[in-house]
Amino acid sequence: MMMDTAGLSAEHCVELLDTREVSCRELVSAYLDRIDRDDDRVHAFLRTRRELALAEADGFDRDGRTGLQGVPIALKDILCTKGEETTAGSRILEGHVPIYDGGCVTRVKAAGLVSLGKTNMDEFAMGSSTENSAFGVTHNPWDPDRVPGGSSGGSSAAVAAGFAPLALGTDTGGSIRQPAALCGVVGMKPTYGAVSRYGLIAFASSLDQIGPFAHTVRDCALLLQVICGKDECDATSVELPEPIVVPEAQDLRGVRLGVPTGLLEQGIEPGVRESFDAGIRSAKGLGADVVEVALPHAGYALPAYYLIAPAEASANLSRFDGVRYGLRREEAGDTIVDMYGRTRAEGFGAEVKRRIMLGTYALSAGYYDAYYGMAQKVRTRIREDFQAAFGDCDLIAMPTSPTVAFRIGERVDDPWAMYASDVLTVPVNLAGLPGISIPCGLSEGLPVGLQLVGPAFAENRILVAAHALEQALGFDPRPAATAEAQA
Amino acid sequence: MAISDADVLHVARLARLRLDQDEVGRMREQLSTILGHVQELSKLDLGVVAPTAHALDVSNSVRPDASRPSWPRDEVLREAPDPADGGFRVPPTA
Repeated sequence: MMMDTAGLSAEHCVELLDTREVSCRELVSAYLDRIDRDDDRVHAFLRTRRELALAEADGFDRDGRTGLQGVPIALKDILCTKGEETTAGSRILEGHVPIYDGGCVTRVKAAGLVSLGKTNMDEFAMGSSTENSAFGVTHNPWDPDRVPGGSSGGSSAAVAAGFAPLALGTDTGGSIRQPAALCGVVGMKPTYGAVSRYGLIAFASSLDQIGPFAHTVRDCALLLQVICGKDECDATSVELPEPIVVPEAQDLRGVRLGVPTGLLEQGIEPGVRESFDAGIRSAKGLGADVVEVALPHAGYALPAYYLIAPAEASANLSRFDGVRYGLRREEAGDTIVDMYGRTRAEGFGAEVKRRIMLGTYALSAGYYDAYYGMAQKVRTRIREDFQAAFGDCDLIAMPTSPTVAFRIGERVDDPWAMYASDVLTVPVNLAGLPGISIPCGLSEGLPVGLQLVGPAFAENRILVAAHALEQALGFDPRPAATAEAQA
Repeated sequence: MAISDADVLHVARLARLRLDQDEVGRMREQLSTILGHVQELSKLDLGVVAPTAHALDVSNSVRPDASRPSWPRDEVLREAPDPADGGFRVPPTA
């Protein structure tokens, strides 16, 4: 009988392995078989690594295992994997095989997690729908006509569809939390610096952060224990002031939960608002003290972000020049500058070009102060807003995304409408803070995410509260579409 | 905030991006729209605010100045589109 991986948590996988109810090979095979069966409809993965994964599983079956060893994981294709293709969803890196593992990939391997493969994403993590991948669109497991969110939409869809109990993504402006919300899974962006960015193909270096996807908050904590910590190859990485603890709390007594009411006055879909409000009522029922907080500049985060992130991207992506690795397009008589232009024209997709242009413009002579400089000042104001708000509350709660999953194609021709998906997530990146999205219900049959944001390095505080709330909400993580397919 | 085709072509040159005629027009319209939204920021009084380049206050991060091997040249060159004589071959620079 085929083992049902839908909604299966990593903790449950560990239990099955510890009790020898299943072998590592059986567990890994069950996930790979499900991918083979269903991923035609989802396209969460760009590549799987069946033979390698099964060989690793056999090693654990033969030599014994402990902890998370033998539990499958999916990796966003922006994380460099030694000897295994890594494309960042871009034509310019098609066929690129890194010669080293990223810092968090090294940690994942050391923990004995078994990578099933690399997941689809918006090219260079630029997007909120995974429609900007050079290698095809990913479909939301809850409704194949809708996007999974992005940019880590392959990873969120993989967990939602039962293709992997755990996945890694990256979050520059919401790219973990927003797809987690749209796919009905848990996703967390740790504090900036908590996870090494070494071997993470850079988008916006002052904002990028790697984090986990899972079905449960406790699973997220388990994966954070693996990936967090100082790496001497990333000078911005730090050791957490306290170790990550797997949460047990069942109530929210003594927790002051701040709701930025002003920020939520407009642009939030009514169904999302209802689900969020119900989540807040549950939090109150668990003993939380809900207070109103103000984030007066958070409404300016989106325009500030869409100057800062493209500016950093335009610098980071200058490395893709057709010289050292990746695509090269050259014609007879070309100078090096002709070759650069030709290579980048063919290698980058429309959104990446748009952001490189926007960033270059914002940094160019005569506009620097008016755009980039101004955005950096707004960033200061946003940080100060959060600092002030955390004087009045322990955690801030808001919806993760203003809407449920939108239809594929709906926003591709309107960049600003697409960017608006990130309105409630980008302030958190600009301030470098940790945030989690947990499913808090359904609207129109589609998942709604509730976001909890904490002060820097308050990961444990977030995990404890998110776990308690998750228990009370009792969300069923199995998409109806998948259930129908099984029936 | 309207920008011209000439602005687009200037920025494309700085960014080492070749754009075809259709792309220039589309880029002009889309960048103008986005920059229009960004103008929202100019409503704020930011005269004395210090800029933030980095969200956390991390000061210099140092490690022991110990030598260690660098990447093997042949492995690095394996990924190169046009390796030659142990290096990267490029078209004429002028």
